[in-house]
Amino acid sequence: MAILFIAQRVTAFVLAAAVAVHLGTILYAVRGGLTAAEILSRTHGNMLFALFYAVFVFAVAIHAPIGLRNILREWTPWRGLPLDLVLTAFSLLLAFLGMRAVFAVYGV
Amino acid sequence: MSDVLGVDVWRGTEQGAFQAFAIPRRQHQTVLDVVTEIQREHDATLSYRFACRVGMCGSCAMVVNGRPRWTCRTRVNDVVDGDERLKLEPLRSFTVVKDLAVEMTQFFDKWKAARGYFEPGEHPERDFAAVPPDTKKRKFADAGIECIGCGVCYSACDVVAWDKEYLGPAALNRAWTLVNDVRDRGQRERLDAVSDSNGCQACHTHMSCTRFCPKGIEPTYAIAGLKRAMFRWGAG
Amino acid sequence: MTMRASHSQRGFIAAMLHRLSGIALAVFLPMHFLALATALNGADAFDKFLTVTRQPLLEVLEVLIVVALAIHLTLGLRALAVEFFDFREKTLAVLSVCLATVFAVGLIFVLNLG
Repeated sequence: MAILFIAQRVTAFVLAAAVAVHLGTILYAVRGGLTAAEILSRTHGNMLFALFYAVFVFAVAIHAPIGLRNILREWTPWRGLPLDLVLTAFSLLLAFLGMRAVFAVYGV
Repeated sequence: MSDVLGVDVWRGTEQGAFQAFAIPRRQHQTVLDVVTEIQREHDATLSYRFACRVGMCGSCAMVVNGRPRWTCRTRVNDVVDGDERLKLEPLRSFTVVKDLAVEMTQFFDKWKAARGYFEPGEHPERDFAAVPPDTKKRKFADAGIECIGCGVCYSACDVVAWDKEYLGPAALNRAWTLVNDVRDRGQRERLDAVSDSNGCQACHTHMSCTRFCPKGIEPTYAIAGLKRAMFRWGAG
Repeated sequence: MTMRASHSQRGFIAAMLHRLSGIALAVFLPMHFLALATALNGADAFDKFLTVTRQPLLEVLEVLIVVALAIHLTLGLRALAVEFFDFREKTLAVLSVCLATVFAVGLIFVLNLG
């Protein structure tokens, strides 16, 4: 299905930007060690951060399972509906845990 | 340089074994010279293919020391160092007919499945089409039309080895040349044919096809072009 | 046994680095999200968790996952360039730039960790 390919490439572009920002942030923020207080002081009540990471989470929840699907179909005999169902579940798991993490550091 | 070349040749079909031969080493011998000498002087039961023997037909393609090549264009001295042995196997991912000869049908079936043929349409033009050679489309087409269907790229491709359904670099490269043929009237159907899960999207840019093509064709970039066309047309 | 020639090619190595780093990230992410969510129980719970992760082995893994992210990003950019911008690469040059970037990222991370 070409839709999966298209979704993975579109989210790839989104993630290229998001990861660049995220990596830059980490490299900067991790100087001299990282404490919860430091992280939370940046993210608490910061709507911009929250929106950014929400977009990040949804892009990853689409991008990663599709990538795994290719790998599993090529390197194992697993394919068809059972594989797709498991990967959909993984996608939902990533989205759920991701948004939960975003809320956690936003302070909800 | 040693006087004798040790050669291990695959015998059998998918099941089989390597058979060892000792062939006199000669200065400018090609791998095709070696295989031919084995078959004529040592073991007449060896099966292999060749035709033009001058690098035009692609019939002699096989795997030489792990790499798919044309045996007529491969000097032994270029692939064997010192006392190393020469190892000959049939092309990868093809059904083996016998020894070094493979079944090419599936390769060309995929060519057809990718609609790698010209579609003139219901009402073909009466007159010649004027296609300037320096237009972008014509340049894309020209870059890929010299393919002679030798199967080296198909043998080199890991995705072909991993996924039996994958159409493969040669079929997709041909499809791309036709996507860029302004006279062709089968564009929609062809894009659909190459946009499924066994089509262009399965390529992971390993680039072995481009690396090993004896004609210098770059199927990787042709397949990338199909991906872009797929995006633009929203096919699949 | 002769190694298959396609497996020593640069494009294959790049694709494998990209693929394996992707798997590592996919495995890591749920744990990362769970870790961050300890903040739901307050900043102290989060802090306690972070202290637990100060062990040497986990710090090494941390560096490796940052490196994996950098690998996946740089090689992903390469794939997108070839596919969408008709980038005709000199694979060796591209790979060198990617790996140099990854090395720089890894180094900066380690240095900044202090």
